[in-house]
This record gives sequence, C-alpha cells and structure tokens, in this order.
Amino acid sequence: MAREVLSGDYAQSYAAKLARVDVVAAYPITPQTSIVEKLADLVVTGALRAQYIKVESEHSALQACVSASALGARAYTATSSQGLLLMHELLHWASGMRTPVVMGVANRAVAAPWSIDVDHADSMSQRDTGWIQFYAESNQEVLDTVLAAFRLSEDEAVRLPSMVAMDAFYLTHTVEPVDVPEQADVDRFLPPRSKVGTLDPHRPTRLGSFTSPEHYTEFRHAVASASKAAAQLAPTVEEEYARIVGRDLGGPLPRYLTDDADAILVTMGTATTTARSTVDALRAEGRKVGLAKLRRFRPFPSEEVRALGRTGARIGVLDRSFTYGAAGAAATEVMAALYAASPRPLVRSFVAGLGGRDITPALVRSLYRHLLEEEGPEVVWADLKVPPGEATAEALHG
Amino acid sequence: MAKLTIPAEELLRSGHSACPGCGAALAMRYVLKALGPETIVTVPASCWTVIGTPYPTTALDVPMLDNPIEATGASVSGLRAALDALGQKGLTVVGFAGDGGTVDIGLQSLSGMLERGTDAIYVMYDNEAYMNTGIQRSGSTPSLAWTTTTPVGGASRGKLEPKKDIMAIVAAHHPVYAATGNIAFPEDLIKKVAKAKALSGPRFFHVLAPCPPGWRYDAERTIEVGRLATDTHLFPLYEVENDRYRITRRIERPKPVADYLRLQGRFDHLRVEEVASLQEAVEARYRRLLALESASA
Ligand SMILES: Cc1ncc(C[n+]2csc(CCOP(=O)(O)OP(=O)(O)O)c2C)c(N)n1
Ligand SMILES: [Mg+2]
Repeated sequence: MAREVLSGDYAQSYAAKLARVDVVAAYPITPQTSIVEKLADLVVTGALRAQYIKVESEHSALQACVSASALGARAYTATSSQGLLLMHELLHWASGMRTPVVMGVANRAVAAPWSIDVDHADSMSQRDTGWIQFYAESNQEVLDTVLAAFRLSEDEAVRLPSMVAMDAFYLTHTVEPVDVPEQADVDRFLPPRSKVGTLDPHRPTRLGSFTSPEHYTEFRHAVASASKAAAQLAPTVEEEYARIVGRDLGGPLPRYLTDDADAILVTMGTATTTARSTVDALRAEGRKVGLAKLRRFRPFPSEEVRALGRTGARIGVLDRSFTYGAAGAAATEVMAALYAASPRPLVRSFVAGLGGRDITPALVRSLYRHLLEEEGPEVVWADLKVPPGEATAEALHG
Repeated sequence: MAKLTIPAEELLRSGHSACPGCGAALAMRYVLKALGPETIVTVPASCWTVIGTPYPTTALDVPMLDNPIEATGASVSGLRAALDALGQKGLTVVGFAGDGGTVDIGLQSLSGMLERGTDAIYVMYDNEAYMNTGIQRSGSTPSLAWTTTTPVGGASRGKLEPKKDIMAIVAAHHPVYAATGNIAFPEDLIKKVAKAKALSGPRFFHVLAPCPPGWRYDAERTIEVGRLATDTHLFPLYEVENDRYRITRRIERPKPVADYLRLQGRFDHLRVEEVASLQEAVEARYRRLLALESASA
C-alpha cells in the first residue's frame, strides 16, 4: 500500500488502472477532464494496457463502453453535468443490456444558466436509469468505491452499471492523501469479468433485441431484481474489500452519533465532512445531534433509513438538488422509505449548495436548529439569498 | 454461361420479418455472404430492428447487437476495442444502419468512427426515407419525392431539397475504402465487400435498397427499380480507395431517368419539366463523378 497525494479525479484514474480496465472511452468536460487525461497518459506510457477510444461525444463514449462491455470487456468512462445529461439515452441501454460499465461522475450543476460548480442535479436526473449510484465524501472513498463498484456491478447476479459520483472541485480538484492498494490485492479482490450474459462473437445471438408485450415486462423486472441483488450483495463485497485491502467502506448509510440523537441530518458527498465537524461542535455544546451519510443512492437503502427512523430523531435531508414540484431528491426517497414507519418521524427537506454555493458550518447549524426547535415548512431552500416568498432556515431564525 | 460468383452460404435466415421485396433485407444478405460467419453486426433503430426478428429469435447466423439510432459509429468502435482488448482476432465488425440513422441523426458518430480510424465496416442501406416510422423524409430522400412529411398537394411538390451526398461527406474523411453498391447488382456489391473485408481501417458502403411500400411500387419490381437506378446514372456504382475514384459499372447508353421514376408512386406527381430537371441533375452529378475519377487516376 502506497500513500499518495491525489485529486479526486486522479483517484478515479488510478482506480480504473488498478481495475485493469480493458476499454476507456471518454469526452472532456470540466471538472472531469483530468480523469481521462491521466488515463490517456497511463495508456500511452504502457502503465495501463487498455484500448482508449477517442470519441466525439459523451453519447458515443457510453455507446462505445456499452458495446465493448457487451462483448465482455471491462469498460470505464467518466463525465459530468451536460455530458451525463447527453448520455441519458445510453444510461438506459447500459442497464437494459446488463453491461456493467463503471463511470466516474464529477457532480456539477446543469445549465441553464451555466455553472461549472458542484451540485447533484446531473446524477439525480439519472436516478431512474437502473444504474447503481455511489456518492463519495473523500478522495480515498472515490478510489475504494470505484474498485468496489466494479466488483458489485460485475457480479453475475447483478450485471448492472455503476456511477461513482464526487463533488466538483471539492473532490475533483482538491488533493488529499490517498492510500493506493497493491495491484496484487486488487487482483485478488477483483477477478477478470465473468462471461455470463455477454455476446459470444462466435454464437449467433442477438443482444438488445426487439420485444412485444409478451416479454418486455420481464426484462424490466430482471433489472429491478438485479438492483435488489446489488443491495443484498453490497455488504459481502465491502467485507471482501475490507478483508483484502483493509478499509471499511461503511455500507450505504454510515451513521455518526445517531443513537441518542434528537435531530439527524442526512447528507451526501462533501457536505458530510462539514456536517460532521458541526455535529462535534454542537455535541460539545450539549446538543444531541447526529449525522447519516447517504453513500449509496441506488439501490436506495430503505431498510437502513427505516432503522435510522427508529432512533426517534427528527430527520433533515440535505440535498444539493431539487426535483421540481416536490422536494430534494434524497428527501423524497427518505420520506417514502419512512412512510410506513410507526411512529413516523418528522422529515424535512433542506435544499442548499446548488451551483457550488458553500455549505458552511453556520448553515449546517441553522439546519439542526430548524430541526430541533422550530416547526416549519417541509421543504426549505436553506441558503437562498433573496427568498421569493418562501421561508428559508436563515430567514426563520433571523 | 457466366460463373456465379455469389457465395452459397446464407447467413440471413428465411424467417426474417422484412416486407416482400425488401431491399434492406437483400443488402444484409449479400453483405453477410461476402463477409462470412466471422462477423459481428451492430444495428440501430431502423427497419432492421424489426427485420432481425423479435426476442427470443434472431434472423442472423452471426451475433447481432442493437444500438440506439444515432450511435452506430460509436458502437462499432466499442466492439472493435473490446475484440482488440480481449485478443479476439479475425472478426469483422459491421455497423448496418439506415439512411436516416446515418446521414441525419447518426452523422456525428459516423464521422467520429471514420476520423478515429476504427477498423470496421459501416454499411448504410439507403431506402431514402425513415421507413420504420412510416415513410418520413430523411436527408437522403431525393428531391421531389413524396413522403408523409413532404406531401404533394397545393403548392407542395414533395421534398424540396436535394439528397445529401453521403459519399462526398465520407470521402472527405479519407477512409481506406468507400463504395456504393446496389442490391440489384449483387456481384458488384459482394466483390467490393470482399475487397473491403481484406483491408483494415474504416470502410464505408452506401447501398441502394429500394423499398416497395415506401417508394410505392409492386414488391416484385425491386430488382428492376434497383437496376434502373444505376442504368440511368442516377445511382452510379463506384469505389473510392485511398482517395482514388473508380467507376465499377460503366453504362454506355444510360436509360432516361424517367424510366426509373415512372415505376414509383412516390414520383407519380412529377410534371414533364420536373422530370427534365431531375434528368439534368443526374447528368451533372455523373459528370462530376467522371471528373473525380479522372482527376484522381
Ligand atoms: C433518438 C430516436 N429518435 C427517433 C427514433 C424513431 N425511429 C426509429 S426507426 C426510425 C427511422 C430510421 O430511418 P432509417 O435510418 O432511414 O432506417 P429505415 O427505418 O428506413 O430502415 C426512427 C426515426 C428513435 N428510435 N430514436
Ligand atoms: Mg431509411
């Protein structure tokens, strides 16, 4: 194990290299670009023996990966924001064809208006495409999760693609010490791909195909079952990773000081780090607050959320995205998971940090305050500067 | 009697679901005869999605991958990359796409595939409209043709714009090989595909594939219509090898374009002067082809 100082982008590149990917196809977009630049270097210098396809768009990038994966190759791509939106059609193809492509996503706001900074609207817009979705808090987590994602995606019972998302700039362009596992350990953890479900170039079969109402539902149900299988298998994959590489990935919803908490904030990505230090500060002041990190959004960890609900705490979900006409994307899922809980905890949706706006300790404090002390609206745009008639946490607390 | 040069092996099964007289089915049949069984085909949304027969069957005796309509150029690149990465040698990768999926919505990925030099064959079967969705105009529909989105009536005379010159677009990428083909001249087509198979790098075919329901003629006349397209100089057969043009079927006394148009209901509305304008356009295009041939000789 070597300790290196890596950006989130390079953590993706090195993970793809350690995974010994066969095929890389990608198109540049800030702030993902340095992932594929590094991979190009690794291929050119011979450090990574892979086919690097210089595609003319993200749509083609994912198509090339899907076609390569259909033949049994291990394929990797990375993108962000507009590029991910352009891939949307192919995202469904990838899950429908059961091609376990792994993709790095630099979470970036989407236009219009343009923004190159972090939020989660890009990947949240893809939540119903059948992809497994992970959100990383640190560059270490980026690297570990990409490796675990390959293993989970490629399991014969799963065969679904994964995206490993990380916050634009906060991770993509911030360097941190990262423990890079030994190749031999990764090889033990991640064996070559099984050929199950792939297109045999010497056998006349058709993959993709054209279906009637007689068969289509079962194809969809197979994806739903595979997604369930992914949730069931994930702990085993993580145990294996911990056993071989020596790091605990923490499951889909790692919890921090939640057992006796009166208020729990659910966070994703780098906002978790800010929230954790704020929890420490609030605890020091005698406030019983806790934190849960939503590491895996798809398949959604409903069971784990229900367990969180059984703490009896009020739950706030901090989303860096919004599904119009409803609430934050993760909040709607948390609410749905808790609907049948009895007693049903109070859940609020906090929307903040869009388009790169900082999620500060002061903001996180205001969210806990809102949860602990106040009644208020179910959906709060917590860092809105000019509230057009809607209450914000800031406004509520003066 | 001339010796038959068409390979006997059939890689398209008779149970396919093409319409009677379908040129697109013949195009696949002849291309696969030329390439043999060591072939992988990737097919976008098009009539061929249906012709290939629904799940759980397949009409081809080679593997077939479906891809979305605009991504055939990317799919062939992915297939080739996988074969290379996995050390699988000796297979021909074929993208088999319609005209709409090539000259319009798929032009970008075709251009990408040609430019990045993917070692694969891209076949565009040209039935001159979006047929699978019910005969809408494409960039490859010829001028004055009737389609459901270029109706005839009132001031409207069918499609106003000329047919997109896909061969010129492809040739501008300087691929190792590009050729036109016509299902009515299978020996010419098969010879070219076999020649292309032996080359490596990006190779392109523009294959005319008449469509009885879309062009509005009786199914038994597909070959006749196809022959006339070439024998009138409207669809000349030629190849471009390393930028050198060569006409592969010379017609000493071309037939009048009117003979070709007359057979097809999609041109029923044409007036004498419109037929004359099409005749002129065909002659001008053929002269340009001759000039390209002698300039690159
Ligand atoms: C993105 C997208 N837009 C539209 C369609 C609908 N569509 C399916 S087949 C087709 C026609 C394709 O025409 P062409 O490529 O000429 O092939 P043909 O049907 O004539 O064989 C269209 C428009 C689609 N499948 N995907
Ligand atoms: Mg067509």
